[in-house]
Amino acid sequence: MSAGTEPSYGLTKKILRLTGRDPFALAGISIYVVFALTALLANVIAPHDPMEILFLPDGNVAMNQRPSPSYWLGTTSLGRDVFSQLVFGARSALMVGLSAALVVVVVGTLVGLFSGYFGGWVDNVLMRIGDIALSIPFLPFIIVLAAFVKPNVWNVVIGVSALLWPNTGRIVRSQVLSLRERSYVEAAKVSGASHLNILFTHIAPNVLPISFLYGSIVVGWAIFTEASISFLGFGPSDTVSWGFMLQDAFVSQALSRGAYYWFIPSGVCIMLMVSAGFFISRGYEELLFPKLRD
Amino acid sequence: MRFILTRLLHSLFVLWAVVTLMFLMFRLMPGDPMAAYISEALSEESKQSIRAQFGLDRSLPEQYLLYVYNLCRGELGTSFFIKEPVWDIVMAALPNTLTLTFIGLILAYSFGVVAGAYLAWKRGSLTEGIAIPIVLGTRAAPEFWVGMILLAIFAFNLGWFPSGGAASPGAMYDSEWQRLLSADFWHHLALPVLTLALYLQGLPLLLMRSTMLDALHEEYVTMARMKGLPTRRIVLNHAARNAMLPVATAFALSMGQLVGGNVVIETVFSWPGLGRILVQAVSSSDYPLAQGAFLLVSVALIAMNLLADLLYTLLDPRVSHERRH
Repeated sequence: MSAGTEPSYGLTKKILRLTGRDPFALAGISIYVVFALTALLANVIAPHDPMEILFLPDGNVAMNQRPSPSYWLGTTSLGRDVFSQLVFGARSALMVGLSAALVVVVVGTLVGLFSGYFGGWVDNVLMRIGDIALSIPFLPFIIVLAAFVKPNVWNVVIGVSALLWPNTGRIVRSQVLSLRERSYVEAAKVSGASHLNILFTHIAPNVLPISFLYGSIVVGWAIFTEASISFLGFGPSDTVSWGFMLQDAFVSQALSRGAYYWFIPSGVCIMLMVSAGFFISRGYEELLFPKLRD
Repeated sequence: MRFILTRLLHSLFVLWAVVTLMFLMFRLMPGDPMAAYISEALSEESKQSIRAQFGLDRSLPEQYLLYVYNLCRGELGTSFFIKEPVWDIVMAALPNTLTLTFIGLILAYSFGVVAGAYLAWKRGSLTEGIAIPIVLGTRAAPEFWVGMILLAIFAFNLGWFPSGGAASPGAMYDSEWQRLLSADFWHHLALPVLTLALYLQGLPLLLMRSTMLDALHEEYVTMARMKGLPTRRIVLNHAARNAMLPVATAFALSMGQLVGGNVVIETVFSWPGLGRILVQAVSSSDYPLAQGAFLLVSVALIAMNLLADLLYTLLDPRVSHERRH
């Protein structure tokens, strides 16, 4: 098979080339790498256990300490180390973000593949379900979901995935619509390949790069949503996340005491992680949306 | 005309689906399904009357029909904790949410449209290189966190604005309009609305910028250039006017999303709106109220989606929905 007929090679190469050239894509990927390393090495980097109540040399609880060499970002009102919480927060952020993105990419790609390839009633049913999912108010739905199940991280993953797959599905579908008319797909059909064979060996490899790029936006969205849910008090109380830290600071009067060191850093981390997704998708914009208008 | 009718039917279908989903969610939850409507604290007599009203003693399909019938009549039940009809509670909160959303959107879109057009104009300059990452950053910052910073600075440190609520203690008004137009209300509105506008301005800005950039390459703009019209006039009269269409559509879509999406801002600023009611209802297991608030938020979203679609068709003659895939 000649290089021209399999666009996936060209696409992969293009992605690699753009990463080197586009400052946005480079910045986004660097942010991901830094946070991924932080999450992996959290045990080594964090000076304390994030939930441990610390004591001062004089035996008192080290509560509401300002930043100092022993507590880089100060301590919470319960005497926990803010910096250590920040480091461990990267773990739950990445876990939520990556799992939601994985589910959205898998479900969205499958739906887009079947919808675009088979068309007809399959397409109709899948796209109508997608319309419904997109018509459900995002945050309120996840809050109501939290009312019925015990607070845990997976609620957010389930909620985000359930409502965000149609976006990926639509993009993949529109790609498949044009791919299925290509000559190599025709050739495979004529040579007697089954539908599933054509879908997964000939079409799927070509849409995967786009699904994954779209997944980078979902990573940010899931982290953003997890932070909001934790802030509203529907998150798990035993896992340290950036949203949990912000809620802790908010209800412990950190604002009136002007304890900026407590609530500024975790917000900055959320902002960086979510921007990274934006930066990456923006860097590859010309790949994602060859022509923005349909 | 046929398109409008199809689109309307589609919206009704989606609304039905959301209502049904909600019915299933609230009935299939763990524990006693009746807990969704009946508080343990009620007397045996009133428990019976609520059971009869919502048909909770009947089969699931019958319950479903009765549930839809009650919804159509605007009968949403009674709140467990506030002990008032859910309808009254959500309707009292609606003006606060709508004002916050609408003013926030107006501020964000006025700024976004102008700044977006300016950045399209400055394509490739240093200004653009600095501004774009900042704008993307404001879209990535959690609204509640921005709200917390504003609160810490302007309410707690400087004392310029109240730290929460929608009215000073003891404020009384003769009518709802008088309350919404009072200086006190706007003083309370300032910080939440600023937080919301900061978060929202990125979308219209980026949208305006990219559509302007596209429009500047369209044939009619080249044509105008060839006719020797001054660049400023071309940008304002031709490109900007056409770029407004997607921005107007985005406005309608955001309006729908925000009626429920303001949850976190309303919580940070203790703003007595729909989103805060939803949060309070869910955390106190006040199911009828949670269900009512969620329903209202969904209706707003679906209605604004419909409006955005109709707006797009109406304003852009190039869109032909008969041939759309």
